[in-house]
Amino acid sequence: MIARSVAMTIEQVAVRFGGLVAISDMSFTVGEGEIVSLIGPNGAGKTTAFNVMTGFLTPSAGRVTYRDTALNGLKPHEIADLGLIRTFQRTSVFPNDTVYDNLLIGLHRQGRVRLLDAILGLPSARASERKLRQRAGELIEWVGLERRAHDAAGSLSYGEQRLVGVALALAAEPSMLLLDEPVSGMNASETHRFVELIRSIRDRGITILLVEHDMPMVMTVSDRIVVLNYGRIIAEGTPELIRNDPAVIEAYLGHGAARA
Amino acid sequence: MKAVITILAVVALASVPLWLRDPYLLNALITTGIFVIGAMSLNLLLGFTGQLSLGHIAFFGIGAYVSALTSLGFDVGLPGGFRVVHEPWPPIIGLVFAILAAGLCGYFVGLLSFRVRGAYFVIVTISFAEVVRLVALNWVELTQGPLALTNIPSIALPLPGLSELTLRTKMQNYYLVLVVALIAYLLIARLVRSHFGRAMRGLMENETLAVSVGIDVTKTLTLAAVISAAIAGAAGSLYAHYIRIIDPEVFAFINTVTMVIMVISGGKGSLAGPVVGGLIFGLLPVALRPVMAPEAQWIAYGGVLMAILFVLPRGIVPSLAQRLTRRRSGAKALALTETGVEERA
Repeated sequence: MIARSVAMTIEQVAVRFGGLVAISDMSFTVGEGEIVSLIGPNGAGKTTAFNVMTGFLTPSAGRVTYRDTALNGLKPHEIADLGLIRTFQRTSVFPNDTVYDNLLIGLHRQGRVRLLDAILGLPSARASERKLRQRAGELIEWVGLERRAHDAAGSLSYGEQRLVGVALALAAEPSMLLLDEPVSGMNASETHRFVELIRSIRDRGITILLVEHDMPMVMTVSDRIVVLNYGRIIAEGTPELIRNDPAVIEAYLGHGAARA
Repeated sequence: MKAVITILAVVALASVPLWLRDPYLLNALITTGIFVIGAMSLNLLLGFTGQLSLGHIAFFGIGAYVSALTSLGFDVGLPGGFRVVHEPWPPIIGLVFAILAAGLCGYFVGLLSFRVRGAYFVIVTISFAEVVRLVALNWVELTQGPLALTNIPSIALPLPGLSELTLRTKMQNYYLVLVVALIAYLLIARLVRSHFGRAMRGLMENETLAVSVGIDVTKTLTLAAVISAAIAGAAGSLYAHYIRIIDPEVFAFINTVTMVIMVISGGKGSLAGPVVGGLIFGLLPVALRPVMAPEAQWIAYGGVLMAILFVLPRGIVPSLAQRLTRRRSGAKALALTETGVEERA
């Protein structure tokens, strides 16, 4: 394996809600351009870990560093400005806007023009607006939702909303993408297409951290897997290694998975 | 289509003083127009960011007082033996100061309250309006308290090459209000269609997602509050120089409620909504006055509001627009509507 430079470092992070320990002493790294999956049973602390990395939660202890910037104390939108963008498990779209307008909202980071320029409709603001519209069109095409572009995002199927969510995240021009259970609710062919999509995102040089329950999908797409149970890491390594790890089989995969 | 309707509406409104000579009705239209500007500014907050300002009249009243005091001059003592003496300045400068002062208040109220939104924002705005009313009532040396500021000069426009044009007649004031209303309308339209407007809509629909794509909540909402307050301040200034007398009653809660009714009935979140709702509820008292007593008028007022919201639950403009598109594109639009309703429930 090629030695990669490290994109994100999670050091001894702990999260406690009152007496409940959601994460205790979690440390791992994600390399630039790597696809890493975070797996574990429900309640293992996967989404909590995501919330810590993207500033929606402040850890009780420890620190998260992205490309040499400590994320502690930064607000979510400031972390987004560093190029660290996430998707959500449930609410992945702006439901009352069309898919196209969803992406225009998602392109916020690219569309910053001065307020006065926008109000006066100056050429610079118009040019920026044209560029955004073109980019929104490209992104819709890329996730294959051209036919739904002018439908309200809330009226799309669950799988399609997931795709809009990913397109929205990509619109923010991430250097690292955090996907929270992106294929839950998708059928097999949709999942297959999604795996292709994740690979092509990585081929653009975007680092990916994935939380997912769909084991076949995780095993195919990941370079490395981190397994959480009761808020602590019980194993870490390549899919091959994880598949045969006795502790992981005991806690999560079950004995059938070793043959899968 | 939309542009055609807008232009026709503007032409129709501009033609009114040419055929309507009744000064009573023109007066009603002018004050209605001023309140429509206030309602438009409220709609920017309520309709496009989802934040209800129940003290919106404070910005209006601050605009009125600042503008009146700038053009009347004052001489007040401050704690520590200082005296501030201000000589009267032209009312048009008062209008500018009104916009700046109200905008500044919007900034502070926004900054304070958007850290904790929703009900807290409503409470902060109500309290703010009450505090400002109490100041206007009790700082008699500056505001004359309940005795009111009187003899406020009419707005005078400096014309290049000519002498000043003082707007004394109803017709002149009608056009002044119309022009300011148009500017406010265009400003809000441009704003909500820009990427700032998209950021506001994103925050209203799904705040967590909006934040995750890099939208700054406090900055976006504070900006909306500043612009909203500044426009309300401009409306207040027009009011002061048109009515030419201003007292603390301008801060009455009922004035905010009137603006909220105008926005809700016309349709919050639509640009034309506050204009339509404002014209209906601004002119309804005029229509009802000959036929019923004031108390009965209030009952009728409430009845009309309920009837509108019963038949057109999202407000006049969005509901009608929706019916039009539904007729045009059939089942697809219907599906859209239903998800919209679900969202609301």
